[in-house]
Amino acid sequence: MTTATRPGVRARAAITARTLRTDRWWLAPLITFLGLTAWVTYATVRVFMHKWFYVEAYHYLTPFYSPCLTDRCGDAAEFGTPLPNFWLIPEASLTLPFLLLFRLTCYYYRKAYYRAFWLSPPACAVPDRHEKYSGETRFPLVFQNAHRYAFYAAAIISVINTWDAIRAQATGLGLGNVILWVNVIMLWAYTLSCHSCRHIAGGRLKHFSKHPVRYRFWTFVSKLNTRHMLLAWVTLGTLALTDFYIMALSADWISDLRLIG
Amino acid sequence: MTTTPTRHLYDVVVIGAGGAGLRAAIEARLAGKKTAIISKSLFGKAHTVMAEGGAAAAMGNANSRDNWMVHFRDTMRGGKFLNNFRMAELHAKEAPERIWELETYGALFDRTKDGKISQRNFGGHEYPRLAHVGDRTGLELIRTLQQKIVSLQQEDFAATGSYDARIRVFQETTITELMLDGDRVAGAFGYDRESGDLLLFEAPAVVLATGGVGRSYKVTSNSWEYTGDGHALALRAGATLINMEFLQFHPTGMVWPPSVKGILVTESVRGDGGVLRNSEGKRFMFEYVPDVFRKQYAETEEEADRWYTDPDDNRRPPELLPRDEVARAINSEVKAGRGSPAGGVFLDISTRLPAEQIIRRLPSMHHQFKELADVDITKEPMEVGPTCHYVMGGVEVDPDSGAAFGSVQGLFAAGEVSGGMHGSNRLGGNSLSDLLVFGKRAGEHAAAYLDALPSRPKVSRVDVAAATEVALAPLARADGENPYTLQQDLQAVMGDLVGIIRREGELSDALKRLHEIRLRVATVAVGGGRRYNPGWHLALDLRNMLVVSECTAKAALEREESRGGHTREDFPKMSPQWRRVNLVCSLDEGGQVHLERKPVPAMRPELFDLFERSELAKYLTDEELGEE
Amino acid sequence: MKRHFRVWRGDSSGGDLEDFDVEVNEGEVVLDVIHRLQATQTPDLACRWNCKAGKCGSCSMEINGMPRLGCMTRMSTFTADETVTITPLRTFPVIRDLVTDVSFNYEKARETPAFAPPAGVAPGEYRMQQVDVERSQEFRKCIECFLCQNTCHVVRDHEENKEAFAGPRFFIRAAELDMHPLDARTDRKQHAQQGQGLGFCNITKCCTEVCPEHIKITDNAIIPMKERVVDRRYDPLVRLGRKIFRRDQLEAAGESVPRATPATAETPSGRRLPESPALGPDGRLDIAELSAPIQGGPSPFGEDITFPLPPERVTYHHPDPS
Repeated sequence: MTTATRPGVRARAAITARTLRTDRWWLAPLITFLGLTAWVTYATVRVFMHKWFYVEAYHYLTPFYSPCLTDRCGDAAEFGTPLPNFWLIPEASLTLPFLLLFRLTCYYYRKAYYRAFWLSPPACAVPDRHEKYSGETRFPLVFQNAHRYAFYAAAIISVINTWDAIRAQATGLGLGNVILWVNVIMLWAYTLSCHSCRHIAGGRLKHFSKHPVRYRFWTFVSKLNTRHMLLAWVTLGTLALTDFYIMALSADWISDLRLIG
Repeated sequence: MTTTPTRHLYDVVVIGAGGAGLRAAIEARLAGKKTAIISKSLFGKAHTVMAEGGAAAAMGNANSRDNWMVHFRDTMRGGKFLNNFRMAELHAKEAPERIWELETYGALFDRTKDGKISQRNFGGHEYPRLAHVGDRTGLELIRTLQQKIVSLQQEDFAATGSYDARIRVFQETTITELMLDGDRVAGAFGYDRESGDLLLFEAPAVVLATGGVGRSYKVTSNSWEYTGDGHALALRAGATLINMEFLQFHPTGMVWPPSVKGILVTESVRGDGGVLRNSEGKRFMFEYVPDVFRKQYAETEEEADRWYTDPDDNRRPPELLPRDEVARAINSEVKAGRGSPAGGVFLDISTRLPAEQIIRRLPSMHHQFKELADVDITKEPMEVGPTCHYVMGGVEVDPDSGAAFGSVQGLFAAGEVSGGMHGSNRLGGNSLSDLLVFGKRAGEHAAAYLDALPSRPKVSRVDVAAATEVALAPLARADGENPYTLQQDLQAVMGDLVGIIRREGELSDALKRLHEIRLRVATVAVGGGRRYNPGWHLALDLRNMLVVSECTAKAALEREESRGGHTREDFPKMSPQWRRVNLVCSLDEGGQVHLERKPVPAMRPELFDLFERSELAKYLTDEELGEE
Repeated sequence: MKRHFRVWRGDSSGGDLEDFDVEVNEGEVVLDVIHRLQATQTPDLACRWNCKAGKCGSCSMEINGMPRLGCMTRMSTFTADETVTITPLRTFPVIRDLVTDVSFNYEKARETPAFAPPAGVAPGEYRMQQVDVERSQEFRKCIECFLCQNTCHVVRDHEENKEAFAGPRFFIRAAELDMHPLDARTDRKQHAQQGQGLGFCNITKCCTEVCPEHIKITDNAIIPMKERVVDRRYDPLVRLGRKIFRRDQLEAAGESVPRATPATAETPSGRRLPESPALGPDGRLDIAELSAPIQGGPSPFGEDITFPLPPERVTYHHPDPS
């Protein structure tokens, strides 16, 4: 398939401009950068505040502290208090690392931060300016493949979040309940729309026709999966909003809007 | 840069890397021959990818009553009984095997419920017969064959350590001349487009699979490669062409904007209410209803418009006349100076139906023009005119082996470049199966020819020197004609005078003008060097386009009847006498085109019996019917 | 209306953007403009094209810095006073003007193991369900325009990765075959990871962004392939399931299919280091010429000449001693 004669070594076209794109290609990575930075900052601050995470009257527990596992938890401790009281240890130390891992290894977030933070590449057909590139072939990035484990963990954590929402249901219905439920549903949608889930559901099959139930599940997850990016951002929003609402209630800045009870 | 060609030694050289060429190469390689594939563009870009409908093969998956005899009958009817019956027979018999074979190469056709290859309906086919993959069957076919060749190369790599040991693809390489040793093919001479280096392939057998001639026309759906190279190479090597007067045109192809020029506008646009208007805004089709159709077609616009909602009580609008009538009408309007700015007429559906209805009824049309040309057919009329689509004629070959007739030996042809299979008109879907069936046969028989050959023919140095001089001449001339202007002039002559509707006067005029262009082509000059110089490439292609155009014009002038893809306004009827005649084109020593009449081979009795006598009576002379 | 264009012209020894003012009509695409340039101003402007309908994938180029098909980029997508810059694909060596040497892709294609037909199934006996072929059919829409290969930063910005990285086009090929209901090979996943460099991909999705056929390269091919690799190597539940159902033994049996022929003879990058020819399985050199009709390469003087030449054909005149 090579042609008959190739005169020597061939160079690429000598184009001086690094990119000739004339559109605002930098806008999307910039927004991603700002959005993710803001969220991570807020979450970090909140996790180490160790207060205003629980509204005792209505059993509202913020997802950032769930499950609550230290002595500071009080009534919010649903699963005991095995963790010591030390300011560096968040209340949800057993789950937060997995949630972090889940989002960090998520196929969408990988795209987002590789582009916005690592600039590898910042946008299509814009050079990545890195000296060398080995992608996810070696340590540490080869561990991105652990996304599957993180997904299993995230599914369990989503169950805990659902439990929190159910627990909060014990005392009537307020705006907090609605927010908690919306957050939980969105979390489930995000978790189930994960590429790993899509694969486990049926993507790994060679013959769909022999597994009609799994095929239907795969079709459902595939539909969700096309919105994975949207859900990734929506859940960041609902998480922060839920947390902020509960913080505001807990700090007595506002009071819950009660619909029933 | 050197003028000494690089030499390559092969057993079989296949010119053309479309469906037929790749299939032939696979067969030659499987027969153990060292094979070269010459591709004018990149590997896998051939015009075959444009075929949308499917590949016709009587597998009987959709209707179990379908078999090769029904397919054969459909093909002969479509070609108006001018087909080479043996080719049509082989085609109908072998097409299913060829399609099934593709599956073993990795093709994925659309499936029926029970897991077989799904087959769809198409005009002229009695049963659903077209194996398809959505609307990209041609792409599937070319990719499958391409990948099969790669897999053969992988086998060779495992066996010999070189991918190119037994089959090699020469991409972006053009053959300009065949080399002969006496009457036998000795090789092929050409150049590499990328580097401009000259190449000499020494091979005792050459398979032509270069496709059609559409680029000689102003409005065509064909790609730039379709310059009739194979036709011209065969002529110059002493082979003959048949049926060159038969070209398939579609009456309504887009003529403007240029980005969609040549793309077909389906007839359903007219069926759904689209009307044809000239530049004066007049709905002109009412004036072109021939007497024989007078009773079935509406006489006033009001009546025609009522037909769309109430077809039982009203007569059809004249826009729905048969293809050739519509084409003739468009042709006359344009020639009377009432055409659109781009030389077509207006096809308007935007004022006839609400936008959402158009989008619902014609989704792919709407999408195509929106995406490719930003033309919104719900808002503005389309500019349409006849577009050249396929050439039925081609190298006259032996039906069983694909070996070219005429004086030359060792030359084979398959696919659109070969003639006879489709008669005067090709059925949709028959071209893809034609490629596979006759591609395989050509490759197989080229290998067999080689086995029977006592000694390898030798390329003469004088011929190589002459071919080198011809190839480099346009670059050597200091100044001369611009090849792009010449191509435009040629396209204008062919499009205007040897187009869809033909007249004696215009055809003679065309021959005169072609002669003038021939003189100008001899003085064509291009600037720049040999490296990927499109001007130079076109200058060399022009020679081929010209000689093939002359054949078409001559044959069209000679055949005094209308049949399939050849419509003579002065001889509007089909003549049973002419059905017995094939027009055969050849070149003499001086390079002049010669035309002679040759009888169409008579069908074997058992094939004859597949048809009703009453049907045959429409096409055949009494004498032929009496022989039965 | 005249519009302003900048077109890169040159070859591997260098080149530059040249300015042109070209007539542009309504409804035209960039390729029309290039054709007009060829016909009126620069007859030797090199550019590949074929079908002009977005079906063959020949006219790949970069328009205002974005990899696109010339025939699918309408002029109406630019503002009237906008300068349109047209350059060749950056990732591949340039031949001349807008034409680049895309042989990298064809070499990678040869290194991807082909479809392996199932044993014992005769042609015509292939039975597949539509739902089972649909995934692979999406990938077979590929028109091989190589825009994805060109835009992928793994090779676009890092020439040295060309050897180990096959690119998105061949990941979809691997996925297509791995999802093919009747393909007999079971080592496609290993090949994707070890032979094609699947791990290099950091799923930044530019291949999907530029695909003119709108194939979901990343979501439907690359990620599923990555997940399939994970299945084999990292997933605890799958491993457990295998133990319980004893699938591992079945699969091990299937894996005796020979591995893809090692792709060592030709490196994909343009720079080929001198190396001794590969040895055959018996440790000896392969003599490929045995299968050729004559031994050795063709003679530069032609096969019809035997040496020494008869004296009357030699044009050399021996100086006369007297």
